[in-house]
Amino acid sequence: MPKITYIEHNGKEHVVEAPNGQTVMEAAVKHAVPGIDADCGGACACATCHVYVDPEWLAKTGEAGSMEQSMLDFANDVEDNSRLSCQIKVSDALDGLVVRLPKSQH
Amino acid sequence: MTTGEIKRIIIIGAGQAGGETAQRLRQGGFAGDITLIGEEPAAPYQRPPLSKAYLKGELPMERLLLRPPSVYAEEHVTFVSPVKAVWIDRASRKVRVEGGRELPYDALVLATGARPRKLPLVGADLEGVHLFRTAADADAVRPSLVAGKKLIVIGAGYIGLEVAAVARQLGLEVTIVETAVRPLARVTSPEVAGFFLDEHTRQGVRFVLGGQPALIKGKDRVTGVALADGGDLPADIVIAGIGVTPETTLAQHCGLSVDNGVVTDAACRTSDPNIFAIGDCAARPMAHYDNRVCRLESVHNAVEGAKIVAAIITGAKPHAVEAPWFWSDQYDLKLQIAGLFQGYDHVVFRGVMADRSFAAFYYKGDRLIAVDAVNRPGEYLGAKMLIQTGRTIAQDVIADESKPMKELVAAAR
Repeated sequence: MPKITYIEHNGKEHVVEAPNGQTVMEAAVKHAVPGIDADCGGACACATCHVYVDPEWLAKTGEAGSMEQSMLDFANDVEDNSRLSCQIKVSDALDGLVVRLPKSQH
Repeated sequence: MTTGEIKRIIIIGAGQAGGETAQRLRQGGFAGDITLIGEEPAAPYQRPPLSKAYLKGELPMERLLLRPPSVYAEEHVTFVSPVKAVWIDRASRKVRVEGGRELPYDALVLATGARPRKLPLVGADLEGVHLFRTAADADAVRPSLVAGKKLIVIGAGYIGLEVAAVARQLGLEVTIVETAVRPLARVTSPEVAGFFLDEHTRQGVRFVLGGQPALIKGKDRVTGVALADGGDLPADIVIAGIGVTPETTLAQHCGLSVDNGVVTDAACRTSDPNIFAIGDCAARPMAHYDNRVCRLESVHNAVEGAKIVAAIITGAKPHAVEAPWFWSDQYDLKLQIAGLFQGYDHVVFRGVMADRSFAAFYYKGDRLIAVDAVNRPGEYLGAKMLIQTGRTIAQDVIADESKPMKELVAAAR
């Protein structure tokens, strides 16, 4: 199963096994990784699952779609590598993915 | 009782509000006993997808669960289900459950949710007539959603429209019967309701508006719906989406203040300071709406109640309340709603409906109070931020699409 590393804003790392087909958000929430709220459960309705994708993984995660980009416009501390983790689907190609979490989702 | 003396917490109701409360109490460092009592067998799960991706078969139950069922034992949360709480003894602070067992508490959280209204009609119990609230309800409906079958949806609220959209996509013949003269009458403006009426009509849904169902026909199984005006609609399956009643029986029996939901203060405390009420079953003052007491049926409200209560019990910084938000998925349309539109006097549009991408902003005087955004996430989030911070944008300015929403929000006062 692909492994994903979440790094909290304070530097604490969480390595989680994520089943293919689930999203990077779901894997975090199900393992209670602090810092990903995901209040809407992945419906792209709340923008509280913001992550920074480690630059070397950007090519593999792809870019934010237009709906996601519009949501990100209103998130806090957005960078070029910002994504909503509910829109990144886990696959074997993402085994080893590293994402960092922002200071706050609200 | 001060929060430091709370050792035993009982949460009645294992929906999203109850489940999130247990999780956030542990995350916040609460080390005492937590008992989570659920009437449904499943661990806490998300209800919104039931009438959307889950009904379509695109999302398995496992992915609806808030967290894997094993987490509750790992975090020492005693999750008991399917179990019904039948009595609250406030004097001795005990909850009695079916079978007679009594569980003591220091703090009690009512997260009992709501139950779907049953059709008040002869024939409502026939096979093939469904209510729609739980995973079991969705599971019961799903095998009947076969191309070519005739579905009648009674009630054109969000649940009814979402179910209709799924059924059309699966190839059923769909008729919606609604007693009001327009769909979504309780929850949006005539303009936005008109857009959804047109969209569903274009997708092949038939509407009977102002229609009064009089009788569900059939012998063992439903065969149709008779209308009060003599109309007669054949059906293989009937789904009622005519709203919910807050589940307040326990609260009423133990003498808590109840008025369209268990009444609480802004901290979700009921008239008994040892009892909180959150989610669909509770009504509390809304910070962004002059403390008007509202009972909201939404994920946001469920999660917010959990955050408020967990912060109080763990002694954390009080949760900063958000403006209410909601969403609905129908066909390829994503409707995102922020705020409460009731009492608006003007609606202003950004974008045009024909493009299937627009936002309706609701104003009371100069004040922006709500937005319905269709495939317009930026407008939705921008308006939500404005409502939350008590800012507004002039009506003529917000309608001007030459300025990006982000700029308008940044400049808003």
